[in-house]
Amino acid sequence: MNTKVNIAGVEFKNPVTVASGTFGSGMEYGEFVDLNRLGAVTTKGVANIPWEGNPTPRIAETYGGMLNAIGLQNPGIDVFVNRDIPYLKQYDTKIIVNVCGRSEQDYCEVVERLADQPVDMLEINISCPNVKHGGIAFGQDPKLVEKITSELKKRAKQPVVMKLSPNVTDITEMARAAEAGGADALSLINTLTGMKIDINRRTFAIANKTGGMSGPAVKPVAVRMVYQVANAVKLPIIGMGGIATAEDALEFIMAGATMVSVGTANFHNPYATLEVIEGIENYMKKYNVADIHELIGCVK
Amino acid sequence: MAEKKKVRVPIVHMEQLENAIYDMTIEEKEMAAVAKAGQFLSLYLDDESRLLPRPISICGIDKEAGTIRMVFRIAGEGTRQISCLKAGDSIEVLGPLGNGFFDTEDKVSMVIGGGIGIPPMLGLAKKLHAEGKKVIAVLGYRDAKNFLAKEFEEVAEVVIATEDGSVGVKGNVIDAIKAKNLTADTVYSCGPTPMLRGVKAFAESAGIACQISLEEKMACGIGACLACVCKSKEKDHHSNVNNKRICKDGPVFWAQEVEL
Repeated sequence: MNTKVNIAGVEFKNPVTVASGTFGSGMEYGEFVDLNRLGAVTTKGVANIPWEGNPTPRIAETYGGMLNAIGLQNPGIDVFVNRDIPYLKQYDTKIIVNVCGRSEQDYCEVVERLADQPVDMLEINISCPNVKHGGIAFGQDPKLVEKITSELKKRAKQPVVMKLSPNVTDITEMARAAEAGGADALSLINTLTGMKIDINRRTFAIANKTGGMSGPAVKPVAVRMVYQVANAVKLPIIGMGGIATAEDALEFIMAGATMVSVGTANFHNPYATLEVIEGIENYMKKYNVADIHELIGCVK
Repeated sequence: MAEKKKVRVPIVHMEQLENAIYDMTIEEKEMAAVAKAGQFLSLYLDDESRLLPRPISICGIDKEAGTIRMVFRIAGEGTRQISCLKAGDSIEVLGPLGNGFFDTEDKVSMVIGGGIGIPPMLGLAKKLHAEGKKVIAVLGYRDAKNFLAKEFEEVAEVVIATEDGSVGVKGNVIDAIKAKNLTADTVYSCGPTPMLRGVKAFAESAGIACQISLEEKMACGIGACLACVCKSKEKDHHSNVNNKRICKDGPVFWAQEVEL
């Protein structure tokens, strides 16, 4: 039974990774799951310099999900390179580094700094809805998506995955722009911009007013977008958005995702990643699927 | 084997103490064996529309019986659902989480709790008492419904402050401390942020070491998601900015380390 997948020349032992920002750099969840089992660890976004993030409250629960506006708090690339990468290198898993920035220059600096680092892939966050400058501003304009993709491709020594925002009228337009810019793969979806009002305090539930919605409630939107993008571009897709079980993951795979990311589910089940991996294997055994590729995009 | 784990555990006791205050004991021997006063557990609901854990502080640990006691207040629908559980039911918990109160060499300890910040101070008061320390407990309530106060009396000299003046000193915990001219080698506190600000200011002006326990909305509970940060005075070694994670680096901090 083959669960190995290959994206842009990088071979993953299985198609399961984690959604950036839900898993840190694996240090905390390493107490619950054997990181060697994961296809890859996708790290929390890292910028060229440390970011403090947003004021609290940064999260709120919503029906079947949550809103977050962490604001990409991160320790900056220097600490990340010296601490987080060596930590992850102890494990037999691939490393996908999520890169964030406020300007094209910020992204370029991080990508250049990572050039000689032992990481396998870069995921470019052009879709965070929770920072005022950068982030989503790049992900909602196809011209900017293409430009930043091609600028980063000139500098990157690892394959580049562009992470797309669902907060657009037509996500396939952004996918085509990333493809035109030379992206090696796409990941989707980032969170959906939402809002919650605390009626007792008569104010916003989170300090940033709006936050990114994630969790099982967003899954149908995410599956639809993965399907649309898979049918619009030739690039491999890392699919995510509300995956909590193997059944969820298989929906994304059948819609066209080569890999899947477990995100918010980690918060209510720290063992979720392993359960998804095992559940996919069990499904393959049950239905005599010899190779995971038989399932990728099998629903037309 | 990691000390922390997420497991479904039996509830061995559930009792309503007051209108919205419930007293729950769960049984989990390994968790009870390693748990410390000041740590907390994340409680999960059997309601898939409400996914995030409710972090609840530990009120008592019985290492022989292998049980952990939590006294919580209904703050919303999630805690309301938990309050409907009964002895014999089960609940999923993750823990023990956080650092717990720090050991000190002090001879006289003052534990200061306000409202639903009182329960974690009971476990601490019992521990300090068992270590042979003199314990003063300053407890702030709204009115004459003084949950847990009797249990504090077994291990501490108890001073009560009530907002309506119906019991003890009328006012808040700081009013009571001043009225009774209380002092100690270390103060330990948990309660609403305005109260903690007052406790921190009191301890600073009196030159007393001060440990405070903070709370914030949490998602992962283990330090990964960065939802529950507080402002730190110095740059934090982990975050590399002036933020500390309440769930992982706390919930207990030396008061001078954090900005309230």
